[in-house]
Amino acid sequence: MSGTSGKGLDPKLVLWEEGVPGGAHWSGVIRRGNTLRVTDTNGGANVSMLFYNHEEKLERYNMADTLKGQHTVFLTKGNVCYSDMGRVLCSITEDTCGWHDTICGVSNASMVRRKYGEARYQEKHNDYYRNGYDSLLNEVGKYGLGKRDLVASLNLFSKVVVEENGNMKFQQGNSNAGDFVDLRFEMHTLVVLSTCQHPLDPEPAYNPGDINLTTWCSGAAGDDDPCRNSCSENQRAFINTERLFA
Amino acid sequence: MSSRFTESQRLADNTVFSEVVPAGEPFMREIKKGQVLRILDLEGNQAVDTLFYSAADNEERYDANATIREQGNIYLTTGTTLLSNEGNPMLSIVADTCGRHDTLGGACSAESNTVRYALEKRHMHSCRDSFLMALAKWDNGLSKRDLSSNINFFMNVPVTPEGELTFEDGISEAGRYVEMRAEMDVIVLISNCPQLNNPCNAYNPTPVEVLVWDA
Repeated sequence: MSGTSGKGLDPKLVLWEEGVPGGAHWSGVIRRGNTLRVTDTNGGANVSMLFYNHEEKLERYNMADTLKGQHTVFLTKGNVCYSDMGRVLCSITEDTCGWHDTICGVSNASMVRRKYGEARYQEKHNDYYRNGYDSLLNEVGKYGLGKRDLVASLNLFSKVVVEENGNMKFQQGNSNAGDFVDLRFEMHTLVVLSTCQHPLDPEPAYNPGDINLTTWCSGAAGDDDPCRNSCSENQRAFINTERLFA
Repeated sequence: MSSRFTESQRLADNTVFSEVVPAGEPFMREIKKGQVLRILDLEGNQAVDTLFYSAADNEERYDANATIREQGNIYLTTGTTLLSNEGNPMLSIVADTCGRHDTLGGACSAESNTVRYALEKRHMHSCRDSFLMALAKWDNGLSKRDLSSNINFFMNVPVTPEGELTFEDGISEAGRYVEMRAEMDVIVLISNCPQLNNPCNAYNPTPVEVLVWDA
């Protein structure tokens, strides 16, 4: 395969950069061979994220396949995100944070009202309170997708530990100002995200964190790529992926 | 929530419906609000991949994230309310003699088998194939789009505080069951799992029985 395996961010290769405020939603297509850096601007951000094959949106990020293929309940450097078709949508090539939640899903309107109170556009204008579910629904709607296409999402920068008895515990302080995660895309991927707070975030105030997005031309995974070679399951998923582009 | 072993007083001769589902086959049926659905592990350690849809609005469906998040625990047992993507209660688990059920392992598919085991495992039968056949024959518009993270009744997928997730030997045995009351009219979609490559079915997929009682 062509590509510059493991290459970090080179400013000369940056394609675009964009800030996304807390509580906002965003979507865009990232091509195979480009890397998206998501930076937690001030610390404590949460990014609920979903991936769809841009060429066939029925193929999408699959939580269960991602977890059981890599024998993990969270994601960090060296992990990849599987689609439901046994392919790699993107690889985590760098991560200063160490734990990204995969199992908690997103906030919804009734939860946000219960936790933070009512703040409608009518009174608050663009400071109105948004929620993760409606935000993702809003973005996927731009591509003809809807509720049926919303599946279990990632929550970048958030950590939820599962105790021996199965209890789930949100860990505060997982991500600090400037922490970032690099997602190198192995397929042409529709990325959809919301920067609403994590559904288990105990912070009593509505205070979603800002993020920054930077995309650069990194090249796709080489033969010696650490994400490809972190387990035999990933090696086979890369073979499946590369057959799509053969 | 710790495991809660709760037996049922319902008697098999009072059912309004019962059917044995062989391994490797799907099952799909509407369960009316108030009816009680039992899934019985006839021979032990048999994973039963299960999804639920609102009968009134198929876009409303079982949501694994909402269900585990709202109860603060990743395992299902007596006392669990299965929540929808709209946040509504779909079913309540009212009896359980297994103790806990998986919410994270999902369904096997031809494609995930290539990744997990070997590229040449593609042609082994899988839960997603069973799901897709059932949806195609049910013929009310449900399709692959509607396949989201399913429940695996009787399947043991422990997660450690360090974040390790594994498929382990089952904790069910012959005669164990889980019973749930429908809180709305639902469609239940089951794949009685044909997986032969991991211990989820003790390497020997076996039949289960579905029983339904009126309210």
